[in-house]
Amino acid sequence: MSKSKVIQVEGLTKMFGDFAAVNSITFEVEKGEIFGFLGANGAGKTTAIKMLIGISHPTSGKATVAGFDVYTQTEDIKKNIGYMSQKFALYDDLTVKENIIFFGGIYGLPRKIIKEKSDALIKELGLENVTNQLVGSLPLGWKQKLSFSVSLIHDPKIVFLDEPTGGVDPITRRQFWEMIYKAANQGTTVFVTTHYMDEAEYCDRVSIMVNGKIEALDTPKKLKEQFQAESMNDVFLELARG
Amino acid sequence: MKRFIGFIKKEFYHIFRDRRSLFILFGMPIAQILLFGFAITNEINNVDIAILDNSKDSTTEEIINKIGASKYFSIKQVITREVDIASVFEKGHVKAVLNFEKDFSKKLIKDHKATIQIITDATDPNTANTITNYVNAILQQYQKELNKDINVAYQIIPQTRMVYNPELKSVYMFVPGVMTIILLLVSAMMTSISITREKELGTMEILLVSPLKPFQVIIGKVIPYIFLSIINAIVIVMLSIFIFNMPIQGSLLLLGLESVLFIITSLALGILISTISATQQTAMMISLMGLMLPVILLSGFIFPISSMPMPLQIISHIIPAKWFIIILKAIMLKGVGLEFIWKETLILLGMTVFFMALSVKKYKIRLE
Repeated sequence: MSKSKVIQVEGLTKMFGDFAAVNSITFEVEKGEIFGFLGANGAGKTTAIKMLIGISHPTSGKATVAGFDVYTQTEDIKKNIGYMSQKFALYDDLTVKENIIFFGGIYGLPRKIIKEKSDALIKELGLENVTNQLVGSLPLGWKQKLSFSVSLIHDPKIVFLDEPTGGVDPITRRQFWEMIYKAANQGTTVFVTTHYMDEAEYCDRVSIMVNGKIEALDTPKKLKEQFQAESMNDVFLELARG
Repeated sequence: MKRFIGFIKKEFYHIFRDRRSLFILFGMPIAQILLFGFAITNEINNVDIAILDNSKDSTTEEIINKIGASKYFSIKQVITREVDIASVFEKGHVKAVLNFEKDFSKKLIKDHKATIQIITDATDPNTANTITNYVNAILQQYQKELNKDINVAYQIIPQTRMVYNPELKSVYMFVPGVMTIILLLVSAMMTSISITREKELGTMEILLVSPLKPFQVIIGKVIPYIFLSIINAIVIVMLSIFIFNMPIQGSLLLLGLESVLFIITSLALGILISTISATQQTAMMISLMGLMLPVILLSGFIFPISSMPMPLQIISHIIPAKWFIIILKAIMLKGVGLEFIWKETLILLGMTVFFMALSVKKYKIRLE
């Protein structure tokens, strides 16, 4: 197994009764890569992610995440990944600081480290004036950025982002992607699903899932060449139409 | 362990920052106990009754005087023939007729036994029941006085004793029921809501992806409610002792331990509810309809189980609250020890284990 491959998936399948939500997908993700995981609603993206982050058992196939097996080593996987879901997922009735401390705490970080991390994080996001405000009172864009930073608090090897920019304005999305680049530059692998095809252009490589199968996987540039399309949007439409 | 403390701290932030849950946690118990204690009462006052005295001797006269002198009854009518009994009821003037047998005094001295027939208007069964009990209590009292001076024991029949609640205070009967409802409400409803809230907000997913194990998440969510429920139980007992002067006959320690057992039963139910409901609303509806309603109707809290039709009596057996109310009444009013309530305790324990096993199973299925 190559060291630089942080996710290796081979023939991974999830059946719900007779229905294959994820139908034998195979791909690899390199360390520090921004991997776009695209697909229409119901294409099986979320199911696939759930198997990779260890909260859903695959029906068949093989997969390792950060070098750990998704069948037997889910506990180790969980320690090494960060996760941010499509629903905003910090506690609205806790302050910015309390949220950071809480999430640092459940990853077992020592108090001193949490303190350092939270100071750095608050400074980086420019939240100094609102540290003691309830998260519920912040604008969505800020929450989203805070949520992303919190998912990185334990320095995970891989961070899974499930539609992280849903419902956010273009400027904030831009800033969000800058944060993603920064994390990737520091060696964190980013596994991101999105609906926005312009965001797909920002990824190093993208896979496109249709009806549980990966129908295309390459760099955005090559995909556009392959499908003779102007943009990722056209590539996506071409594939989704079937 | 430190993760755990952080988790519990977070849980308390949730509770103390939400006015609604604060009200349910602390306002409700106090309001309910006061409401049941002061406003809702099944005590009776100045109920009109009729007397049919077939002996007219000194003993019956004394008893009639005693009943007439009590604040519970006023003697509205004195009738002389048995056939009139039906007509006084039909006219609706009285709620009860006391029928003394012939030669009451003589029989009492000769056979040490005499009989009074208590006929009540059972169109209102609760009142009828209460009247019977009150008359019995007065007879009992009279008999005690009678036997004090005389060596031979005289007996007046019927002999239903009201030993457990001699002052006939209804609040004594309500406290166990109210305590049960509140513990159930706080433990089952609040936990199920707080767990489903995490599901709804998507934070549950984040927690499950974290290195915290699922059972740690659940225990972390439940512990604050155990703590608050215990405080509630203490508040209720204090209120009943200091405001309603209710004597707690049995061991406080036993009372405490049984309450903790019931709290855990309710929490297990709460967890079970949270595994089958996706939203806070659903969790609340299931808690209210599935838990509170049966407790109020079928646990023997308000309506006596013995007067229910057979199918409902059978259903009442599977309601944990029924057993807890029996336990509470036994400890609070009768003052008995574990040797008399071990069976009920065991049933409650069994139910707790069953609900826990079931929710663990459900929880796992959900994770698959």
